[in-house]
Amino acid sequence: MRPLTEAETRAVFEKLGKYIGENIQLLVDRPDGTYCFRLHRDRVYYLSEKLLKLAASVPRDSLVAPGTCFGKFTKSQKFRLSVTALDFLAPYAKYKVWVKPGSEQSFLYGNHVLKSGLGRITESTAQYQGVVVYSMADVPLGFGVAAKSTQECRKVDPLAIVVFHQADVGEYVRNEDTLT
Amino acid sequence: MGRKLDPTRKEKRGPGRKARKQRGAEVELARFLPPAGRFGGPGCAGLAEPGWADRRFPSRSRAAKRRLGAGSGPAGRRPLGAGGGGGRELTGQTARGQSGFSDSNSKWLAPAKAKKTQSKGNHVELSSDGEVEESSWEMEEEEDGSSEEMVDDYGASSSEEEELLPIEKAALKQKSDREGLSEDDSEEEEEEEEEAEEATKQKMGQKEEAGPDLQLNLDIDEQFKLPTKSLCASSVAIGDSLTVSPPAEPPDLHVIHQRIQGNMEVLQDFAMKREEGRTRQEYLALLRRDMAAYYSYSDFLLSKLMDIFPLPELINFLEANEVPRPVTIRTNTLKTRRRDLAQALINRGVNLDPLGKWSKTGLVIYDSSVPIGATPEYLAGHYMLQGASSLLPVMALAPQENERILDMCCAPGGKTSYIAQLMKNTGMILANDSNAERLRSVVGNLHRLGVTNAVVSNCDGRQFPKVLGGFDRVLLDAPCSGTGVISKDPAVKTNKDEKDILRCAHLQKELILSAIDSVNAASETGGYIVYCTCSVMVEENEWVVDYALKKRNVRLVATGLDFGKEGFTRFKDRRFHPSLKSARRFYPHTHNMDGFFIAKLKKFSNAIPQAQKDEEPAAEAAAPSTVPDTVTEPSPKKKKLERSKADKEQKLPQPALKKKRSLQAQRRPLKA
Repeated sequence: MRPLTEAETRAVFEKLGKYIGENIQLLVDRPDGTYCFRLHRDRVYYLSEKLLKLAASVPRDSLVAPGTCFGKFTKSQKFRLSVTALDFLAPYAKYKVWVKPGSEQSFLYGNHVLKSGLGRITESTAQYQGVVVYSMADVPLGFGVAAKSTQECRKVDPLAIVVFHQADVGEYVRNEDTLT
Repeated sequence: MGRKLDPTRKEKRGPGRKARKQRGAEVELARFLPPAGRFGGPGCAGLAEPGWADRRFPSRSRAAKRRLGAGSGPAGRRPLGAGGGGGRELTGQTARGQSGFSDSNSKWLAPAKAKKTQSKGNHVELSSDGEVEESSWEMEEEEDGSSEEMVDDYGASSSEEEELLPIEKAALKQKSDREGLSEDDSEEEEEEEEEAEEATKQKMGQKEEAGPDLQLNLDIDEQFKLPTKSLCASSVAIGDSLTVSPPAEPPDLHVIHQRIQGNMEVLQDFAMKREEGRTRQEYLALLRRDMAAYYSYSDFLLSKLMDIFPLPELINFLEANEVPRPVTIRTNTLKTRRRDLAQALINRGVNLDPLGKWSKTGLVIYDSSVPIGATPEYLAGHYMLQGASSLLPVMALAPQENERILDMCCAPGGKTSYIAQLMKNTGMILANDSNAERLRSVVGNLHRLGVTNAVVSNCDGRQFPKVLGGFDRVLLDAPCSGTGVISKDPAVKTNKDEKDILRCAHLQKELILSAIDSVNAASETGGYIVYCTCSVMVEENEWVVDYALKKRNVRLVATGLDFGKEGFTRFKDRRFHPSLKSARRFYPHTHNMDGFFIAKLKKFSNAIPQAQKDEEPAAEAAAPSTVPDTVTEPSPKKKKLERSKADKEQKLPQPALKKKRSLQAQRRPLKA
C-alpha cells in the first residue's frame, strides 16, 4: 500500500471532478478526520488516517481491502471509477438524473438510460457530463455520462439514449468477483 | 340386487374390453365401407383406411362395437351375451353388404364375421360433413346408452351387471378404476424400495401395506412389541433387522415411523410398558436404527444427538431439521430505518414482519413476489440477508463507538457489517478470513452496505496476535461441523464423523486462544471475546470454552441475551466450569432459528499462564498488579477459581488453602 503519485492523484481527481466538481475538498477534509487515498494492487482506496495505521500493520500479502475502493488503474494507467465509490459521489453530485420506476431495472442490468425512462434531469447539464443516476425515491443507482445536454433531451425521440451507463449497483450481484 | 331389467331391452356384451377394441377395425369397416369405389376418390383421402373411423370417432366405435357384437336381433335393441358376442362375428361386410375389404388388404386380412344390421345401417351415410354423422351417431349412442348407462368399456364387468342399477354400476366403475390405480402404485413402490436402500431414502408418500403391517399397527396400539430376537440381534444389514414380515419385503417408512412412536411411548414409561425380558438398551438400539433410517442420519451423528437431547426433544429437533428456517433480513441503519425499509419492501410486494422484541433491526420475510436478494433496496445496501441467529453474537459483543474490533472469521461479512453499523462507522474493524475466495463476498457486502471503517485481511486466524493485537473486542465465529444448520445443508447428516468433529474442535481451541491473546485486557471499554459456532455438539462448544478457561486468564460473563438455553456444565463423563451456564444455546426446534452456541468471555489479565500440570495451582502466572483492577468487578461468582485465587494464595490462611486444594481435587477426579 503506498500513497498515490502526482500523476495518479491528478488522474483520480480529474475523474472525480467530472462528477462532483470542486467538492473534492469535502472528501478529503471531513469533520471526523482527514481522509486519504492509497494505492494497493492497482486499486485506489479511500480511508481515514486512523484506519491507515491499522491497515499499515497488516502484511501486504494478506491485505485485501483497506477502506473503500474507489476504482482501479488499468494497465495503461487510466483511472476507472467503480460503483463502490457511489456512496461518496452521491451526496456531492452536481448533475443528477432521475430514472422512472419502470426503467430502473433496465439500468440495474447495465443498460443505458433511454429518453422514455428519464424522469428528471438537472438543468444545464452539458453533453458528456458525468452524472449520478437516482431512482425516483432518491436512492442512488449508479453513475454515467450524459449523452445529450438537457436542452437536447427535451427534443429527442423516446428511444434515444440520454445517459450512457458506466456503473450501477446491480454490479454488486452481477460482478461480485471483480470488485476485488 | 334390485329389480330385473327387461331382458329384451338389454344388449348382451361381448368377450371383453380389449377384445372389443381389437375388433373395432373390422366393425367400423364393415359399417362404413360402401360398395367399392365410394371412398376411392381424391377427396376422401384417409377415409379408405380401415379403422379411420375408430380413431376419429371413438365414441361411435364403442357404440358400433356394442351394436355389432350383438349381432342380429330386433331393431335398436340387441341383447349382449358373452357367448353371443363372440359368436356373432363380423363377416367383413361393408355397409352395403359386400364381403371382404374394399382396399388392397383383402388378400391377407380376413375380417371377422359379423351380421350386419340393416336396420342400423341406414344411418351410415357418410359424407364429408362429419358433423351430421356425429349427431346421428350420438343419438344412436344415447339410445343404446340409456339401456346400458355407459358401463360398456369397464372391463371385467360384463354379464354380471345385467341386474345392476345404474348407480351400482357407476360405483363399480369407480371401484375398479381405483383398484387399477392402486395396484399400479404399489407395484411401482415395491420396485423402488427394492432398488434403493432405506438409508438413502427420503420420506416418500406413505402407503400402508395390507396384511401383516395392519396387524403390526394394531399391536402398537395395544402394546409396542420389539421384533423377534433373531431379527433384533443382527445388526449387520439394516434391511434384515428392520423387516418384521418375511425378509423379502423392503421396510416401509410408514411402518418405521409407527415403530419409532411406539418405541418412544414405551421408553417414556418404561416400567409400565416394557416387554418382559427386554432391556432398555434393546429398545434404544432399535430406536436409533429406526431414526437413522427414517431421517437419513449416520449412526454416529444420531448417537451424538441422542446424548445431547432427551428423546421427545430429539424427535422435534430432527423434524425441525427437515424444514428450512424462515428468511430474515437485517436493516442497515447506516442507510435507512427499519420502518422505511419495511414500507419500501411492502410496496414491492413482500410480506414481512419485525423479527421479535429482541431485535430492532431484524425483519422476517414470509413470502415475496420479487427476489429478496435482488431488489433495488438490497442493491442500494439498505438491508442484508442474514439468519436470525447470526444477529445474536454481535448483540452479545456489544461493540461501542471508537473501539478496535477484530472479526476473525468474517466471511460472508454479515456480522462484520452489523458491528460496523452498531459502531456507526466509527472506530476500526479488522475483518479477517482465511479463505480468499469467500473474502470477495465480504468486500462486496461491506462496500454495498457502506461500511467505511473496515480493513479486510486474509490471514490464518491462528496468526493473531502476531500480525496485530491489542484489540478491544474480538468476535470469533469459529468454523465448525455445522450440525446446527442441517436444514440448510443436509449433507451434514451423513458426512460428519468422529474425526471431523475432533478436527474442528482442535482448530477451534487454537483459534480461541489466539483470539484471547489478541485482546487487550486493559482496554477501558472492552476486553471481551465472543466465541460462537453454528453447531450443537458439546465437543465444539462447551469443551472449547472450558479449555480456554483453563489455559488463559479469562472468565465467562453473561451474554446479555435473555432467551436461549443455558450451556451445559456437565456432559457424560466431562465436567465443565460452572460458569458455563452463562453461555447460550439456540435450537431450531425451540427458537426457530439455526442451531447456535454463544459464549462471552472477559479477559482480566494480559499475562499468559505458563503451561503447567493441572493439579498444581498457578504459582507465578498472573501479574498481581492487573488483577485487582478486574477482580473488583461485579459477579464474583464468575471468577475463575484456579487463576484468580492462585494470585491470592499467599494471602489465604492455611486451612482455607487446604480446603481449596481439596475442593479442586474433588472437582477434577478423573484427571491423573
